[in-house]
Amino acid sequence: MFSSLKMTSALCRPTLIQRSFASQSPVSWNLPESAYTTHRCDKPKLEMTTTKEEALNFYRTMNVIRRIELSCDTLYKSGLIRGFLHLYLGQEAISTGVETVLGHKHHVIGAYRIHGWAYTRGISAKEMLAELTGRAAGSSKGKGGSMHLYRGATNFHGGNGIVGAQCPIGAGIAFAQQYLKQDTVTFSLYGDGAANQGQLHEAFNMSALWKLPVVYVCENNGYAMGTSVSRSTSNPDYFTHGNHVPGMRVDAVDVYAVKRATEYAVQHALAHGPLVLEFSTYRYSGHSISDPGTSYRTREEVNEMRQKRDPISRLKAFIEEHNLATADELKEIDRQVKAEVDEAAEFAKTTPEPDPSELFTHVYTDLPVTRGVEYHV
Amino acid sequence: MAFNKFIGTQVGRQNFQRTGTMLSNNFQRTRMFSEAQQTEKMTLVGAINSALDVALETDPHSCLFGEDVAFGGVFRAAVGLREKYGPERVFNTPLCEQGIAGFAIGLAANGVTSIAEIQFADYIFPAFDQIVNEAAKLRYRSGGTYNCGKLVFRAPYGAVGHGGHYHSQSPEAYFCHTPGLKVVVPSSPAEAKGLLLASIRDANPVIFLEPKWIYRSSVGEVPIGDFEIPLGKARIVKPGTSVTLVGWGAQMLVLEKAIEYAEKNLPGVSVELIDLRTLSPWDQETVINSVQKTGKLIVSHEAPVTGGLGAEISAKVMEKCFLSLEAPIERVCGYDTPFPGALEPVYVPSYLKVFDAIKKVVEYDI
Repeated sequence: MFSSLKMTSALCRPTLIQRSFASQSPVSWNLPESAYTTHRCDKPKLEMTTTKEEALNFYRTMNVIRRIELSCDTLYKSGLIRGFLHLYLGQEAISTGVETVLGHKHHVIGAYRIHGWAYTRGISAKEMLAELTGRAAGSSKGKGGSMHLYRGATNFHGGNGIVGAQCPIGAGIAFAQQYLKQDTVTFSLYGDGAANQGQLHEAFNMSALWKLPVVYVCENNGYAMGTSVSRSTSNPDYFTHGNHVPGMRVDAVDVYAVKRATEYAVQHALAHGPLVLEFSTYRYSGHSISDPGTSYRTREEVNEMRQKRDPISRLKAFIEEHNLATADELKEIDRQVKAEVDEAAEFAKTTPEPDPSELFTHVYTDLPVTRGVEYHV
Repeated sequence: MAFNKFIGTQVGRQNFQRTGTMLSNNFQRTRMFSEAQQTEKMTLVGAINSALDVALETDPHSCLFGEDVAFGGVFRAAVGLREKYGPERVFNTPLCEQGIAGFAIGLAANGVTSIAEIQFADYIFPAFDQIVNEAAKLRYRSGGTYNCGKLVFRAPYGAVGHGGHYHSQSPEAYFCHTPGLKVVVPSSPAEAKGLLLASIRDANPVIFLEPKWIYRSSVGEVPIGDFEIPLGKARIVKPGTSVTLVGWGAQMLVLEKAIEYAEKNLPGVSVELIDLRTLSPWDQETVINSVQKTGKLIVSHEAPVTGGLGAEISAKVMEKCFLSLEAPIERVCGYDTPFPGALEPVYVPSYLKVFDAIKKVVEYDI
C-alpha cells in the first residue's frame, strides 16, 4: 500500500495551467489523475480553482486542528485529560476539505478519532478541550469525553466509541433526510478497522436498496489499532467494499482533492444514492494515547510520512509556490492559532467540573430519579 | 435529597485506589495448591500469560486469537506466544467480534480448543448473538451430538478509573442469565492462572472476564507449571461471624478495604468475605452456609444494581435462608446509569459505600 502512496506523492505536484502574478487573483490548476481511483463511477473533474482566502482558510483550519491535538497530548501527559484519546494528527485535510463543501445542513456521524470533525462542525477549541478535561462547560457537559463530542445545531452526531456502530446509524439518519425531503446527505465516517465489521456491509446493502443519500467515508490510515491493512483485510481497496455501490479512493494529503471529491459525492448521493469515499491518509500518533505506535510499524515509516505526506506542509508549499500569501501572513496565522488554542487549554484547566448529581441526568427523559438510588443527606 | 458529596468528591477521588496486593496478611487463605508446588511472583496479567502458555503447550490442538493478539495484545496478555507456538495457532483476527465469536464456536465444535480474546468486554455485544444463541445452545438443540466445549471468550472488564462508557463495563449479568454458559472472574494472579486453565479445559463454553484494573497492580505467588482451580466453587477469603460479604474480581480489593475499616470502627464486627470466582454456576452452598451462620448478607459489584448478579444471589439466599436473616440483604453496586466518564468516582461502589452497608446491617433493629 505504501509503495503506491510514494508514487503518488511524487506525481502530486499540481500541473500549472495559469500562474497568477498578483496574489489576489484566483489560481487555477489541474488536480493530478492519480488523486482518484474509481469503482463503478466517473472521476471527478480535475480542473481546480482557488482563492487566497480559501487557501488561507484551509491553512488556518488544519493548523487549529493540529494544535488542538498537540494540546490534548500535553494535557493528557499532565493528567488533566484522562481516559481514551485518539488523535487526528496527519489526517487534518479530510475534515477540513470535506467541511468546506458540506456545510452544516448536511449531517455527519463518525467514530472516535473525531476532534478534527468536531472542530469543523462548530465545536470551538474551548468547548472541546473542556469536554476532554471532563468539565461542565464541555460540549457534552463533561459527560462524554473525547469520543463523544456532539452538536445538534450543526447536525453533528458525534463521536462514537464502538467500532462500526455508527455506520448503520448513518444510514438511518439519511433515511430520515430522504423521508423528510430535506435534500441533504449524511457523511458516515469509519476507518480501515471498521471496514471489517459486518454491520457496515449491512448498512451498504440497506442504503443501496433504498437509494439513501449517504456517503460512507473510510478514513484509511493504514492501521486498525496495531494491525495493518495487509494483515486484516483480504481486499485492501476499501472503496470497492460496497460491491455494486460506487466508490472512489482519494489522496487525502491534498486538501483540494478532498474538496473536489466531496462536491462529487454530495451530488451523487442526492441523485443516485450511496457512495463509498476512501481517503488515503496516515496517523502520526498511535491508535490512542496509550499506544506508542511503534510496536507494529517503524519510526522510519512515521518520519517518512511526516516528510512526504503531511497535508499542512503540502498546502504551505502550494501557497508559497503560487504566491498566495507571504511568509509573514502565514506566521501571523500561526500566531493566532496558537493564541486561540492556548487560551482554550487554559480554560479547560480551570473551568469547573460537573456537579455529582449529573451522574443521574439524561438516563431517561421521564424518570426524575434513577431507580434503585437512595440519596443520603 | 442532597447527594452525598463527600463520597462523590474528595474521598471518592483520593481514596479510590486499586493498589496493592490481593490479600493482606490478616486474612487466611484457603489452601489451593500443595505445599510442595513451587511458586513464582507474577502480576495478574503475567499469570494469564502463563496460563495461556501452559494451555497451548499441553493441548497441541488449541488456538489463541483475537484483535492485535499477534504482537502480544493491547494488555500484553499474549506476549511471546506467537513466537513460541507459531502463526497457525496464535493469530490476529480482523476487527469483527461477531465473526470472531462464530469462528471460535465452529472451531471448538470441530475439535480444536478455542481461546478467543475480545479486546474489551464492552465490545462483546456484536458477539452476543453468537454466544447466546449458538454457543450456549448447541449441545442442547443437537441432543448432545455437537457441543462447543473447550471454548473460552476472554475479555478484560471493569472500571479502570478513567475508562468511560466503553472501556469500563461489567457485562457478566447478561451471560449469567443464559443457561449453557459458564462465567468466571478471577481476583488475583494465582486465581487467574488456575481458573483460566480450568475454563479452557471445561467441557462447556466459558466467558472469562479479567479484572483489567489490577492486571499489573495485583501481584502474588503463582504456582509454576500446570494447575487448575475448580469452577463452581467459591473461596472464603476471610472467615467471620457477623456479616457475609460476597464479591468477585477487582471489587475484592474494595471489599477488603471496607472490611478493614469496618472492623476497626465497628467494635465486635467480624466480616466473612467470599470470592465467588465462578458467577455461573455460582456456589450457592458456600454462600448459604455462610449466611446461615452470620444472618446478614451484602453483595457488591460494579455493574448496575438492577438485574445485576447481586439480585440473583439475594433472591436465592432469601429463599434458602429466610429464617436465618437478621437484616434485609444489601446490595452495594453501580447505579442504574451508563458507566460514566468523568463522574466515575461518584458512580462506583467505593469502600465507604460498602462500609455504610456493613454498618446498616449490623445496626439493623426492627
